[in-house]
Amino acid sequence: MNSRYEVVIGLEVHVQLTTRTKIFCGCSTEFGQGVNSQTCPVCLGLPGALPVLNRQVVEDAIKAGLATNCQITPRSIFARKNYFYPDLPKGYQISQFELPICEHGWLDIETEELGGKRLGITRIHMEEDAGKLLHNSDNSSSVDLNRACTPLLEVVSEPDMRSSEEAIAYLKQLHQIVVYLGICDGNLDEGSFRCDANVSIRPWGQKELGTRSELKNLNSFRYIKQAIEYEVERQIDVIDAGEKVVQETRLFDPDAGVSRSMRGKEEAHDYRYFPDPDLLPVDVSADWIEQVRKSLPELSTAKLQRYQGEIGLPAYDAGVISSDRPLAEYFEAVVKHYNNPKICSNWVMGEVLGALKDKKLEISACPVTPELLAGVLIRIDDKTISGKIAKTVFEKIWQTGNTADQIIEEKGLKQVTDTGAIEAIVDEVIAANPDQVAEYRGGKEKLMGFFVGQVMKASKGKANPGMANQLLKKKL
Amino acid sequence: MKFHDLSIQEMRQKLLAGELTSIELTQQCLQRIKATDSQLNAFITVCEEEALAAAAVADQQLATGSAPLLTGIPIAVKDIFNTLDVRTTCGSKILDNYISPYDATAVAKLREQGAVIVGKLNMDEFAMGSSSENSAAGVVHNPWDLERVPGGSSGGSAAAVASGQVVATLGTDTGGSVRQPASHCGVVGLKPTYGRVSRYGVIAYASSLDQVGPVAGNVADCALMLGVVAGYDPADSTSVDCPVPDYLENLNAGVAGKKIGLPKEYFIDGLDPDIKKAVDAAIETYQQLGAEVVSVTLPHTDYSVACYYLIAMAEASSNLARYDGVRFGLRQDSGDGLIGMYQQTRSAGFGDEVKRRIMLGTYALSSGYYEAYYLKAQKVRTLIRQDFHDVFSQVDFLLTPVAPTPAFKIGEKVNDPLQMYLSDIFTIPTNLAGTCAMSLPCGFSKNELPIGLQLIGKPFAEAEILQAAYAFEQATDWNKRVPEL
Repeated sequence: MNSRYEVVIGLEVHVQLTTRTKIFCGCSTEFGQGVNSQTCPVCLGLPGALPVLNRQVVEDAIKAGLATNCQITPRSIFARKNYFYPDLPKGYQISQFELPICEHGWLDIETEELGGKRLGITRIHMEEDAGKLLHNSDNSSSVDLNRACTPLLEVVSEPDMRSSEEAIAYLKQLHQIVVYLGICDGNLDEGSFRCDANVSIRPWGQKELGTRSELKNLNSFRYIKQAIEYEVERQIDVIDAGEKVVQETRLFDPDAGVSRSMRGKEEAHDYRYFPDPDLLPVDVSADWIEQVRKSLPELSTAKLQRYQGEIGLPAYDAGVISSDRPLAEYFEAVVKHYNNPKICSNWVMGEVLGALKDKKLEISACPVTPELLAGVLIRIDDKTISGKIAKTVFEKIWQTGNTADQIIEEKGLKQVTDTGAIEAIVDEVIAANPDQVAEYRGGKEKLMGFFVGQVMKASKGKANPGMANQLLKKKL
Repeated sequence: MKFHDLSIQEMRQKLLAGELTSIELTQQCLQRIKATDSQLNAFITVCEEEALAAAAVADQQLATGSAPLLTGIPIAVKDIFNTLDVRTTCGSKILDNYISPYDATAVAKLREQGAVIVGKLNMDEFAMGSSSENSAAGVVHNPWDLERVPGGSSGGSAAAVASGQVVATLGTDTGGSVRQPASHCGVVGLKPTYGRVSRYGVIAYASSLDQVGPVAGNVADCALMLGVVAGYDPADSTSVDCPVPDYLENLNAGVAGKKIGLPKEYFIDGLDPDIKKAVDAAIETYQQLGAEVVSVTLPHTDYSVACYYLIAMAEASSNLARYDGVRFGLRQDSGDGLIGMYQQTRSAGFGDEVKRRIMLGTYALSSGYYEAYYLKAQKVRTLIRQDFHDVFSQVDFLLTPVAPTPAFKIGEKVNDPLQMYLSDIFTIPTNLAGTCAMSLPCGFSKNELPIGLQLIGKPFAEAEILQAAYAFEQATDWNKRVPEL
């Protein structure tokens, strides 16, 4: 935190929705297809073509609004934002201006520095994306309009953030929400979640906001943090040098770690917004809102609280598991079959995540289903196998897809609980390690671990470790 | 036999009876166009080959007996309608040789009913004009007096019907662009209620006002054409999902007992005496037919021209942004970069009137002026709409002149845009109100120019004004007169 200046940050996030078709036509939204292969008269902006609103986009916007505590506007309006650019086929972007679909929301964030804080969301509106310019080697450019007319939500925050940490906490939470809702794939690299940051500084205690600059091209959380911090330092230097901050758009260069001015205010656009006469007002009934509200999944913050409270997971486990919806759902499915949440979370965070990381797989592709994993945990619980053997069983399940019981049976991994058999092994171990026996009896009780290990080794892991421990104690 | 004396229904009877083939009819039509169009310039494109191919298909259909309503009948459409495979210029150099990859919904509906599209009709560029003088394809001439304008912007659509080139056409009406040329050319033209006919594929001028309308030689043909193109279209969000009646069914219902309103703001002192005389006579005819006539008021009429031009130009400035030389149409680029290419393309591609309207519309939407112009105009529009709503609680429909004067001379108003804009004073309010209206012949001026009568109906009451128009047509013979060409 700077001693002389207060930092003020507001964020505009573009969330690309995962609807199957575009916002105003029936073309596919699939990423990475052949240039201009997913276009039609509407998204090409051909003369006479007219937009027709995709209802799913409205539903997704309502979901986002409800999940961020917004009020849903009963009658919102699409407006045209007029400007010329080759990637904008109609010469205007259909967006919302005066009456956006969602307004007056908020998110609660937690940062280490400040603890909890509530950040305002000014509005969420629906709009279409533009196409993409492709720059050719001969200095000419071509236009790919596959992305044109792809649905976006623009989420505009209040200028409530006071540090890059808060900005990142807000973004991560918003990201988690839209991915949880299943309305965005959250892919920052492909531009599915894009952020612009408005940054200004002002002397502590000053009410009026300082002149802001708008930072663009921030496609990772790390870059956003770097860009904001760079911008704060730059503005401090400008003011300290007796100059004034200019309102401008700056493009962040992640390689150089600096931002550069894109255009000054002398080129500020007058977008000549007006209601789009081709589209009707969007009417959202109270019934529709209720229906959507009922269909909302439990969000990460609610899960986090429930995991810590109701089912008693440690804060760390609850945080890791609730951060990702498929992971949380996997975990909950395991618990459903084996009701010991802490054991389940140990296994999910240990064996499952570890194996997935090794194989570079997503949880959705995990070959060990929640039910199969629960099968292992149940066999540890009823002492059929030890925790150690269980890891071997888990690996076999991963490879074969068979159940724990099938593998235990097939490989003869059933834990030995026959006192006589274990006693015989214990006797062998004691006989084979006279030095250690002497040391133990001399008071070095730590060696118990060594003896148990030897028994387990001799039994190929099948001896019940608890029984081995008891018998060893008795015999020694 | 002079085929162009026939109505659509007479043509259909002869086609079904085998007295005439569609090929013959289409050939006669193409010959008539060839013989007259050097004088009229009503067509931008005549598609002989495509038309004859469609006529051959129609003849096969007629032979099998499963022939929908317009099978084999030659029809032409304003060059504002996108047509697959035949160029669509909208009267503009910027779309010179532009070929659309799709048919407008209205055109597709004509084709579904078996119509033979013979060509694309001349018009004011992007439908901006009241005289059909603003076309990259040249001025359209009035068949009644070649030195006069046919009206606009659907001047080609009206002139082609009046001269017997085709039996019926489609035009578009944003501020009177079907009714005023129909009036000037002595034919029947109808502007349906906003939302009655799909705008999909119709090149947009002012989206909240544009509406497709038929032009024909008599009321029944006009009713038939409306029935073909009307209806909800999921591709146009502003089209309305309400059932389409059979407009021919009760056409002879008459007007006995109907209450007709005469809005006093439309009967002003400056009205041309010939027009006043013709309209007064029409009022008398309606009284004789058993209708009651009352004086009504539409108090905000005076503001409608200003209101219309602000809204239309604002929407146009945005609708015409897509003509930027990037993807289709004209492109002029002398290598001065992107902005240079935009400027050169649009400077070369648009005519003066289009440029004037883009500039005025851009101004009306600009930050700092939006509230004073565009927003104020929208508020006035609401008042005008309310005027009509109020008046329709008192009467069944309204009767007014279509235009303040008969067709004026070519060039007469070119340098006085305001005078030109005022020629739409009686037609504009219905576009602002969104309701339906039509023009039908009701007399001739001293120098033998046709005069039109306007009937304005309640929203979606097209059937009602068609019935009233039909009653008048049966009682008079104005539509029987044809220009000598």
